Amino acid sequence: MRSKGLVIGLGLLAVAAGGAALTVYQRGDGPAPIGMSMEPVSYQLPEETVPEALADAGAEAVVNNCSACHSLEYITTQPPGMGEKFWHDEVTKMVKVYSAPIEPDQVEVIAKILNDRFG
Amino acid sequence: MSGIDRRLFVAGAGVALIGAAAKTSGGRIILPFGNGERPLVTMPGKREMILLTSRPPQLETPFSVFNDGLLTPNDAFFVRYHLSGLPTEIDPRSFRLSIGGHVDTPLELSLDALRRDFPVSEVVAVNQCSGNSRGFVTPRVAGGQLGNGAMGNARWQGVALKHLLAKAGVRAGAAQVTFNGLDNPPADGIADFVKALDLDHASDGEVMVAYAMNGQELPFLNGYPLRLVVPGHFGTYWVKHLNEINVVDKDFDGYWMKTAYRIPDNDCNCVEPGTKPDKTLPIARFNVRSFVTSHTDGAQVAAGKATELRGIAFSGGDPVNRVLVSPDDGRSWQDAKLGEDLGRYSFREWKFGLTLAAGRYPVRVRAETVSGEIQPLEASWQPAGYMRNVSETTMLEAV
Repeated sequence: MRSKGLVIGLGLLAVAAGGAALTVYQRGDGPAPIGMSMEPVSYQLPEETVPEALADAGAEAVVNNCSACHSLEYITTQPPGMGEKFWHDEVTKMVKVYSAPIEPDQVEVIAKILNDRFG
Repeated sequence: MSGIDRRLFVAGAGVALIGAAAKTSGGRIILPFGNGERPLVTMPGKREMILLTSRPPQLETPFSVFNDGLLTPNDAFFVRYHLSGLPTEIDPRSFRLSIGGHVDTPLELSLDALRRDFPVSEVVAVNQCSGNSRGFVTPRVAGGQLGNGAMGNARWQGVALKHLLAKAGVRAGAAQVTFNGLDNPPADGIADFVKALDLDHASDGEVMVAYAMNGQELPFLNGYPLRLVVPGHFGTYWVKHLNEINVVDKDFDGYWMKTAYRIPDNDCNCVEPGTKPDKTLPIARFNVRSFVTSHTDGAQVAAGKATELRGIAFSGGDPVNRVLVSPDDGRSWQDAKLGEDLGRYSFREWKFGLTLAAGRYPVRVRAETVSGEIQPLEASWQPAGYMRNVSETTMLEAV
């Protein structure tokens, strides 16, 4: 069935002459589209827990601000020992580039907690 | 806090959060870089995967899956989102894909119309995250700290974008086509995830609006009911839950094109570690890569007996021509035997037999394309940690 395929879109990288089987097909006569159930599909947000490294009162500013937009593994999976500038830059990026709704006086607080714990 | 979706807001440390859709067996895996320990979790439509983040969901494929076959099963295919405002329910009966902007006749297409009114296209193609393998980048960089499992190979079925553009009628002066999906930012002011392709690329007959993956509907977390497939190009362009296509008459300057997903604009797409590039351009095609899948780093093999190594190679569309294997850290190389050819955008299998005397062997693998692109022996570096493609090393111990 596939041999009936009309090979298209060779472009500059064409290798048909070399015998390689391209798999971009456009066929009026097949294959048939797959069946779809047409029933509504729902997605439930996965369960989240606050990572142990941030699960105490001293990390409240991090948990409250950062988890407004994303789960906290974003923080805890970053490379170890990146230093103060790294964490400060990350928090600043979230505010300036991603418009994170963090009060200005919290930026330094958050950056310090992150550097103290993951520096 | 204005603009925040309150359902997503966490009131305080230690509070149980929303949902109960992810299960964990308590299993963990250690990716071989600093701070690489990750839990194994099961999310809807997925087998046990490596968790990077829960919200938005980001899952990495356990690497052993790549030794099971050339096509990556849907339930093991990696998941990457940018913004945490995922759709929570999609009704395929009312779902519409719009094609508008700089066109003669804007379209609103149902899933039935897409499957009924246009030719069916299929392609076997690798999707790989721009930041696949970022955890191995040295010196380390910020971003999703992935091992090598943010890639997968599937047979995609759908409609070539050129047919949709032809039906809508692209007007003179069109420059690019933009793509948006149902996922949204969690707060006001965060740029929606919208990507763009040049009109020529979008119309090349290869770029596809896919409604099926490996003969089944797309898993929710891989973009149900439609995703863009851009063969040979990094996953950032493969917009999920695709519902809005717009033709525009100038280069699109949204955040996710103009600021994010940029690479150094020079011959090596690299800079000295720790420095920034003078000029950048949007990330585009994969560079060539290859992996050993049959043996893990540090594996033992029988000394004095034949061992068969097996693996995969792929590229950005310039076909893989050779895969070379070195048992001695790159001092000598021999050609591996290439396996089944599923097309120039697919994983290509390779096999290589060797007999090792007792000892330790840094086995290297290196792929080369038809036009001579070859994996480097030393890793290059870019600030965002994209496009890692250094020749991989797998330590074998013959005993």
